Amino acid sequence: MKYFRLVLANLMRAKRRTFLTVFSIAVALFLFCTLRTVITSFEASLRASQATRLVVRHAASLVFPLPLAYRERLAQVPGVTGVTYGNWFGGFYQDPKNQFAQFAMDVPTMFDLFPETVAPPDQVQAFRAERTACIIGRALAKKYGWKIGDQIPIVGTIYPGEWRFNVRGIYEGKTRDVDENTLFFHWDFLNESLPEGRRNYVGIYWLRIRSPDLAAPVSQRVDAIFENSPQPTKTETEKAFQAGFISMIGNVQLLLTIIGSAIVFAIMLVTINTMMMAARERTTEIAVLKTLGFSDGLILRLVAGEALVVSLLGGLLGCGLAALVFHETDFTAAGFFPNFRVLPATILTGLALAAVMGILSGLGPAISAAQLKIASALRKVA
Amino acid sequence: MPIPLAYNLRNLAARKVSTILTALGIGLVSWVFIFTLALAGGFQSALQATGSPANAIVIRNGSTAELTSIIARDAAAAIESQPEIARAADGTPLATHELVVVWNLERKNGTAANVVVRGVTAKSLALRPKVHLVEGRMFHAGLEEVVVGKLANARIAHCSVGDRIKLAGHQWSIVGVFDAGGTSFDSEIWGDVELFMPVFDRPVYQSVTLRLDEPSHFEAIRRRLEADPRMSVQIRHEDEFYAAQSATLATLLRGLGLFVTLIMALGAVFGALNTMYAAVGSRTKEIGTLLALGFSRGAILTSFLIESVLLAGLGGLLGCLLALPVSGMTTSTMNFASFSEIAFRFQVTPLMLLYGMLFAAVMGALGGFFPSRNAARRVIVEALRQV
Repeated sequence: MKYFRLVLANLMRAKRRTFLTVFSIAVALFLFCTLRTVITSFEASLRASQATRLVVRHAASLVFPLPLAYRERLAQVPGVTGVTYGNWFGGFYQDPKNQFAQFAMDVPTMFDLFPETVAPPDQVQAFRAERTACIIGRALAKKYGWKIGDQIPIVGTIYPGEWRFNVRGIYEGKTRDVDENTLFFHWDFLNESLPEGRRNYVGIYWLRIRSPDLAAPVSQRVDAIFENSPQPTKTETEKAFQAGFISMIGNVQLLLTIIGSAIVFAIMLVTINTMMMAARERTTEIAVLKTLGFSDGLILRLVAGEALVVSLLGGLLGCGLAALVFHETDFTAAGFFPNFRVLPATILTGLALAAVMGILSGLGPAISAAQLKIASALRKVA
Repeated sequence: MPIPLAYNLRNLAARKVSTILTALGIGLVSWVFIFTLALAGGFQSALQATGSPANAIVIRNGSTAELTSIIARDAAAAIESQPEIARAADGTPLATHELVVVWNLERKNGTAANVVVRGVTAKSLALRPKVHLVEGRMFHAGLEEVVVGKLANARIAHCSVGDRIKLAGHQWSIVGVFDAGGTSFDSEIWGDVELFMPVFDRPVYQSVTLRLDEPSHFEAIRRRLEADPRMSVQIRHEDEFYAAQSATLATLLRGLGLFVTLIMALGAVFGALNTMYAAVGSRTKEIGTLLALGFSRGAILTSFLIESVLLAGLGGLLGCLLALPVSGMTTSTMNFASFSEIAFRFQVTPLMLLYGMLFAAVMGALGGFFPSRNAARRVIVEALRQV
């Protein structure tokens, strides 16, 4: 450790080079954190899902609804302690580009099944009491500047026409992974507004079970009940349901991983080059240090240490910048990534990656510096 | 008089490792740039090519996709009797009414995918000249048979000719595979619409697609249909309709690609700066000699700049070479508009490769400028004295 100042002094000597190298590593790590966060923000719904909640949908796909009459039969399945239901509304605000989720929910039961969605009791009361009321997530309210008392016009694509909802509450998630970008309104209001033939259909049922161990037997039981009906069901845990949804988005994870690896690899090559150049310029100097009695091992550590310090500095800068930028700007990429938050695990991975880059880029020059023959090195120049 | 190009080439060759590392670094940046362009381009062209400018599609007013649209039987009949519709050889209108559902099927890798299942009529093929059978035969109307697109055939389990697939409680024989020319139909399963309606318990169609006899008649048919009190519909040019579905995601992909590559280019330019500064630094004496020989400062600036651009160009070339095998690779994503999987191929076009090369050259020019200026500003005596 006492040689740390020597390492720093060496770095400060070629300020421009150190600065450029630190920044190119910072850039790579910033991008790494960004791409990784795209993946983890897709997975936020997995982390927020509860082991005691099951999702029941039509076996064919979410596009097909289930009869409201299933509600009573689901509630009677042993192990089920609560049922709520809702329909994906699929509307937009002003322009189809303004994407966010709207759900028509069974209001009397929804807060019971989703305890992680919390709002002040008076707001919940006001939302329950009014047929055309809605409750919106904190992030959504912030994005469009909506306040309690505002009226939000939503154009339906599945349910035609313009629908107006009065904001009566703003909810928050109990943990940071809970989505705060959804608008919930009364399923009864939607149902009553529909033509006769489309009434009394439900998109998704959510079941609460007594313990996570019951997930498999209850799912099988439910699907068996409706197996031979015109509307068969598919029941799975909330986590499996969300995972299925993510897998439908396709190979995004793989593509992002490929791009991220290419970036890190490219910058690593550049860093290796810089470290090699730095060591080459100092051949004489290293020979002098060795003449003074610095051991081969110490030289190795000094040169490798220099690379490590540069990489870690770049890593800290890049990861820190990513965390700061996306935290401060509430970045959502036009609503595509509503939960864009750099996770601590991502930052740690980024720093570990920076350390690996540092070691790999410093290793070659460090070994050749350690193996340097004093006599030939001193003879080389001048 | 300019400094000969051979001087730069020899210099690059003299520092092989350094040249290769820097060029590879820049090359990978170009590669990512081309990769993201090819991804967005492939997705967009799959959807764009799906629609034909000669066709028009009618869906329910307010819907943005077929899936959320409803066209009643009598409305479909009224639409197909419009006078502006082109005629088939037998004199019947060149129009088709189709049913679209999304069905959850298993991919070959075991995960689930939402697949578009489309009920079609005899006219559907005539309206889509890009679609043709490549294996087996067309389904027979009234029988429980289906044909599948070539990407559905490649990616979905039990989707080969001779297999049976379960949809809506019925077993359907797969009798043919069709090639839809890279359009989104390649990811679909097609069967007889009149058989699908009772089986899928859908009393209505999702869309009517028609060919106009004259492109200029679009306005006339649009005004009449949208004013018709029997229905609430909108009519769109088919190509615009599908292009709109791809707009959001393609823009997002391009935006992400641009964001990533621009920031990454910054890192690579820093690397190039380092390399060129080192190159200038280690050749101080040479620069002094060149100046003493009478080469102008402009010639020295140009020479180092050329060297940097050559270095980056080498990288760009590497990037392009690495990008070539990506072309044609198949991937899939969710088409959010239709809530279903769309498979598509990466498309690397010559224009994209050109962009990649230009991108690399610009990185080289930026990374080379300051070191070159630095070189050109050397004072002869000091430069020659330096060891």
